[in-house]
Parts: sequence; C-alpha cells; structure tokens
Amino acid sequence: MNLIELLVEPLTYTFMLRALAVTIIAAVLCAILSCWLVLIGWSLMGDAVSHAVLPGVVLAYIVGAPFALGALVFGFLAVALIGGVRDTSRLKEDAAIGIVFTTLFSFGLVLISVTPSQVDLNHIIFGNLLGVSAADLWQVLIIGAITFMILLLKRKDFTLYAFDPTHAHALGMNPKLMGAVLLGLLAMTSVVALQAVGVILVVAMLIIPGATAYLLTDRFGTMLVIAPVLAASGGVLGVYVSYYLDASTGGMVVLAQGLIFVAVYLFSPRQGLVASRLATLRRRRALSTAG
Amino acid sequence: MSSQAQHPWAIDVQNATVHYGPVQALDHATVQLGRGMVCGLVGMNGSGKSTLFKTIMGQIKPDTGSVQINGQDPQQARKKGMIGYVPQNEAVDWDFPISVREVVMTGRYGHMGFTRRPRKADQRAVDEALERVELSAYAGRQIGQLSGGQKKRAFVARGIAQEASIMLLDEPFAGVDKRSEATITKLLREVADDGGTVLVSTHDLHALPQLADEAILLMRRVLMHGDPTRVLQPENLAMAFGLDPMKRGGQ
Repeated sequence: MNLIELLVEPLTYTFMLRALAVTIIAAVLCAILSCWLVLIGWSLMGDAVSHAVLPGVVLAYIVGAPFALGALVFGFLAVALIGGVRDTSRLKEDAAIGIVFTTLFSFGLVLISVTPSQVDLNHIIFGNLLGVSAADLWQVLIIGAITFMILLLKRKDFTLYAFDPTHAHALGMNPKLMGAVLLGLLAMTSVVALQAVGVILVVAMLIIPGATAYLLTDRFGTMLVIAPVLAASGGVLGVYVSYYLDASTGGMVVLAQGLIFVAVYLFSPRQGLVASRLATLRRRRALSTAG
Repeated sequence: MSSQAQHPWAIDVQNATVHYGPVQALDHATVQLGRGMVCGLVGMNGSGKSTLFKTIMGQIKPDTGSVQINGQDPQQARKKGMIGYVPQNEAVDWDFPISVREVVMTGRYGHMGFTRRPRKADQRAVDEALERVELSAYAGRQIGQLSGGQKKRAFVARGIAQEASIMLLDEPFAGVDKRSEATITKLLREVADDGGTVLVSTHDLHALPQLADEAILLMRRVLMHGDPTRVLQPENLAMAFGLDPMKRGGQ
C-alpha cells in the first residue's frame, strides 16, 4: 500500500470523514481559546469548567435540550461556586477548584449511571469520534461557528483583558463581563471537544496547543495561527494512527498533540530546552576563553 | 475641552472612605487636583496609595464620599478615555507575547470600533507617542525585552496615544536607573505642560521637588497637600511614616 492509499482509504468511510471533521473543528476551536487560557493562567479553570459541564450535558440529554445549554449553565455554576468557596472560606482557589469540579463531575457520573438511554452516555466521558452522527456534526458546526466568530471579532479585547485588565477598565470596558464571556465560550467549546475526545481529555486540547505555540513565538497574533495549525495536524495524525492501530481515537488525538508539545519544548529555536542549554554552554565557553 | 475647562478640578475625590473587610484603607480622603500639574503621592506601604488610585479609576466604590473626573461621573470619564494609567512593575506579565507598539496601540482602543481595527489616525497617534518617549526604534520588541525605564516609557506612551488628560502612575521609579528616571521626569513634566494632570506615587523623595508641583502625604487620611518642599519637611515625613519627631528628640 503506498502513502496515498494509506491516506485515502479511511476517507471512503462516512464515519471517518465525520471523525476527521469533528476533530479538526474541535482542535482548531480549542487551540484558539487555549492561547488566552494559557496567558491568563486559566489552565486549571479550563480543567474545572470542561469537567463540570458533564452533569449539564447529561441533564440536557434527559430533557431533550441542546447540550450547549446544559454545558453553559453548569460551566457558569462551576465558576460561581469556585469563586464563592474561595471568597467565603479560608481555602485558596486551587482547593476550591478541586472540590467544585470533582463534585460536579461525580454528579454527572451518577446521573449517567441512573439514566436509561439508547446512546451510550459513556461516550461523553471518553469521546466517540467514530460514532459521530449527522446531528452531532451539525451541533458541533453551529456551536463552533458561533464561538469562532466571537473569538475572532473580539480577539483584541480578549488579549487586552489577558494582558492588562486594569487598562481595559480604565478605557470604560467591563473586564468582568469579558472574563465571563471567555468562560462561556470555554463551556461551549467543551461541548464541541467532548464529542471528539470526551470530557476527561477536553482539558488537554484546551491547554496543550496554546502552550506549544507560546514556546514558539513572541507574537500573540502568530500564536493564534500556530496553535490551531499544530492542534489540527496533531488531531488528523491521531485519527489516522488510531485507525490503523485500532487504538482509542480520542486518546491518540491528545497523545499526538502532547508529542508535538514535547518536540517543541525540546527543540524550539529560542525557548526550547536544547537551544537554551546550548546558549548557556556557549556563553560559559566564551567566558572561559576570555578569562 | 471646553466642558473640561469649565470644571475647576481634573480629579475631585471628596471624603472617600474605603474598607477592605474590617481594615480601613482610606479615611475621609479629599484630593482635588487641577490641570497642567504633576502631583507626587507619598506614604508608606499600606498607607492607601494604591487604594486611592483604584478609587480614582473606579475599580473601588468608596463607602462614603464621591469621585468626579473633570466634573463627570468616573464611568463617563473612562468611556471618554480621560484616564491613562501606568501599572506597577509587579502588575505586568512581562513574558506576554505583545510588542511595544501593540501595547501603545491598546491606548487607542477607545477611539476604535467594535473589532478594534486601527485606522490611519490611530497608527499616526501611536507613531507620535512612540517618538515622544523615544522608543520608535524599539517598537517591534517584545515588551519584556525593554529596560526598566523603557518599560515605563512604553506605558506613558500608551497614555499619550490615548490622549488621556489624566495620567496615574503607581511607583514609576521603582527599579529604574537614574538616567531613565530623569527621562521619565522630563516626559511627565511635558505631559503636565500640555495641560495634563499627572498623579505619581513614589518612594523617591529626593527627586520629588524636580518632578512635582504639589505633593500629598497619605496615611489613610490626607495628612498634607501642598508644595513638595514643605510637604517633605522632616517633621511632616515623620508624621506620615508613623514616627513621632518630638518623642525621638526627647530620647
């Protein structure tokens, strides 16, 4: 089998086409959002919100509402609870986050276990790329398009919010509202990504691409290009490899993104470990010859 | 400009009291600043300097008292871009992937539309502001790759590009060498000479008389507000920094 056949063969299956479509949409969306999350320092918050949407999604399934709605409600509930516990007790934020999201996530697990359903709700937890239905794909497309447009149009405001919220306030903007919008987009994006890799691994797609891009450039605008390109490449690679190895698709997608991060972490021209070690060595050698 | 000129004070804080839980940070503070002047804000850590800044910027609503900016509600004043501010060193993520020019450009956001796409006038204002603070050659650098003094000037440039009539600077001389300090002082004097109002919190008391037309001694209350050389008299400073000169003299 030559390379072209290798690439084309999976595409003859509708389920593979849908899997690739959802992977690319989810990867691009998560990657763009992750650029802000990484810079604001919201990685843990991304972890929390993406897990806490689980009961919302299950409840939405039970009453027949859109998943995004349930996710939004529980995403905001999680953020409110985290803020509440942090501000009204002596606990620090990381403890508040840990308590709130695991409790909500467990609530979701319990709901799943007692809900009779035709579709396997376990797919929400581990993702079900190969079982994406046409309706799922539509939902991903619609949520993805809305989120993408908001992020694209207001990207400069979000970047200002991440860099200097006080200045945003001084210009008469509302930083609290901007933060809330970002968290809402985070909840919506979680719904898209959980189709691909499941609730547990969504957080990976929300952190890895932004972190990888941050190690490659000093320009936020460039990050917004690098992150989605790398994330989508990793995603497509993961789907193909999982097809031929018959391995977990969601797992393989995140594994591919993680391996790309490792490569960049080691070999990034300026921020990479190898480059900075070499630079240190060179400096030392220069010093010793000068001395 | 005409409506601004009608009102006597650029910054008018009346009787502001602020609490953080049980801790009182400001105690009936009244601060009135005119136009075309630099005012130094002096006080020890915890004397309420940052709280006063936050009150002026409307980040904190005082329990009692009121704030007016150029005779207007602070929210209106902010929307009109009247207030520029230069953050403390510790408040900035210097690794943030943003260039000097992009930082200065954020000063123009109030002048731009929904998506903040810069127009020619914005580009020109940023170019001019960068030139004013002598950072044109560094416009493309990542913000963290500037020296301490250059970083401060970049944020002053942001205020200039914003066309802010009021500039608030929280400890601009911390971690800045003497030469840069002189450059920043000259720059702030120019902003004042153009009719701006500059409020600077500082620990650098020696440089204050060259920099400021007025000084405020703060210890939750406004202990003193007047000519810098008078405010900086040792007995006054002792009061602000919690020493009692009479007692010390007796020992």
